[in-house]
Amino acid sequence: MLFGFEWDTTNALTLALSILPILMVGLWVTLQATVLGFFVALVMGMVLAVLKGARSRLVSWPAYAVTEFIRDTPLLVQLFFLYYVLPEYGIVLPAFLTGALALGIQYSAYTSEVYRAGLEAVGHDQREAARALNLSRARTFTHVIVPQAIPRIIPAMGNYLVSIMKDVPVLSVVTVLEMLNVARIVGDRTFDYLVPLSMVGGIYLILTLVASSGVRWLDRNLPNQGIPLK
Amino acid sequence: MTPHWIEYLPPLIEGAWVTLQLTVFSTFLGVVMAFLFGVGKLSHNPFIRAFSVAYIEVFRGTSLLVQLFWLYFALPLTGQAIGIDLRLPPVVAGVLALGLNIGAYGAEVVRGAIQSVHPGQHEAALALNFTPRQTMLGVTIPQAVPEMMPAFGNLAVQNLKDTALVSLISLGDMTFRAEQIRNFTQDSTVIYTMLLFMYFGMALVLTAIMRLLERRVGQWRPGKG
Repeated sequence: MLFGFEWDTTNALTLALSILPILMVGLWVTLQATVLGFFVALVMGMVLAVLKGARSRLVSWPAYAVTEFIRDTPLLVQLFFLYYVLPEYGIVLPAFLTGALALGIQYSAYTSEVYRAGLEAVGHDQREAARALNLSRARTFTHVIVPQAIPRIIPAMGNYLVSIMKDVPVLSVVTVLEMLNVARIVGDRTFDYLVPLSMVGGIYLILTLVASSGVRWLDRNLPNQGIPLK
Repeated sequence: MTPHWIEYLPPLIEGAWVTLQLTVFSTFLGVVMAFLFGVGKLSHNPFIRAFSVAYIEVFRGTSLLVQLFWLYFALPLTGQAIGIDLRLPPVVAGVLALGLNIGAYGAEVVRGAIQSVHPGQHEAALALNFTPRQTMLGVTIPQAVPEMMPAFGNLAVQNLKDTALVSLISLGDMTFRAEQIRNFTQDSTVIYTMLLFMYFGMALVLTAIMRLLERRVGQWRPGKG
């Protein structure tokens, strides 16, 4: 029994049906970690992107170095680092928050590039036109550049949202009860790993196929000429 | 307090050797899979095409850790049910999971690069009476490879990072060794800082190698050499 649900080990089908609600409890945790990690990645990526775009090299160079370092080191090791090192400095976070933070940090390296590429993809003629219309630099950025960058940024961010979801199982190593961890516990207790692990694979496949087609739909249907900030 | 970090180096370097081997073997498997299924997805044979799409979607669509656990924990049970011994040693399960996973991402890169080769090249090959096989191996792929290299470089680094996950099926890679030392000494800050920098160093070297390769195959672009 787990989370108040009994399993029925009569055969593979009854087992699958009886553990589905248990896996759903794990899936809920997976989705929460995905959304929180994504949010951290969006915010931290924005900060890194702004720092990388700074005029002073004293600011931009360290930001590039940090991005490269985050991108070139494994999520698992970053997670262990946060989980074991932060408490030594008096910062004790629940495993779930540590995990979401690690996901966010890892993916901030990628999202910062998405912001940068999205802004740079807006043509130079747009900046020149804004200048000819005597718009200030700030107004050019908020009313011309950003609205046109948004439709390019959103689909790319969507892809990283899907990637984050697929990386959530790594959080199981610090005792987060996400879907894969739940499936392993079921496997440990029923001596059948095949059914729960295959079900997790199947559920992931369905989720990513749905999410990717959603991202493709966004890519096609977002207005190309831009989305105003207001 | 004298720094203990020098004592941690020998076991970590031993682990680094395992990490390096895993990266090399699984990247090699990944490249083979990428070309097989990347070309397969463009095949005219509907069965080959469907099989390639299924492989790519399954391995890209499910999490690497799920795949690793499935190969290590669930596959032996399947084997038991049908009477074959499918128990994999951790190193085989690790290389298989990593290679199959990265191969699925690589297959999409290969497909994209092949489709980016100018159609005039195919027409020219047809006019010269090349067989489809000759066209693919002698004309299309050599021109597509330089296009694949930047993406392959990113995937190789991704693969290096992913090898850390095999420590979870008790393979003695760099992360596994670091965990052992931490259990023993509780010196988390030093060990994990060292571990992060060792991965970073390996990734920088790997990136440099991929850049060299990229420059080398860049000569295969049409109009050069």
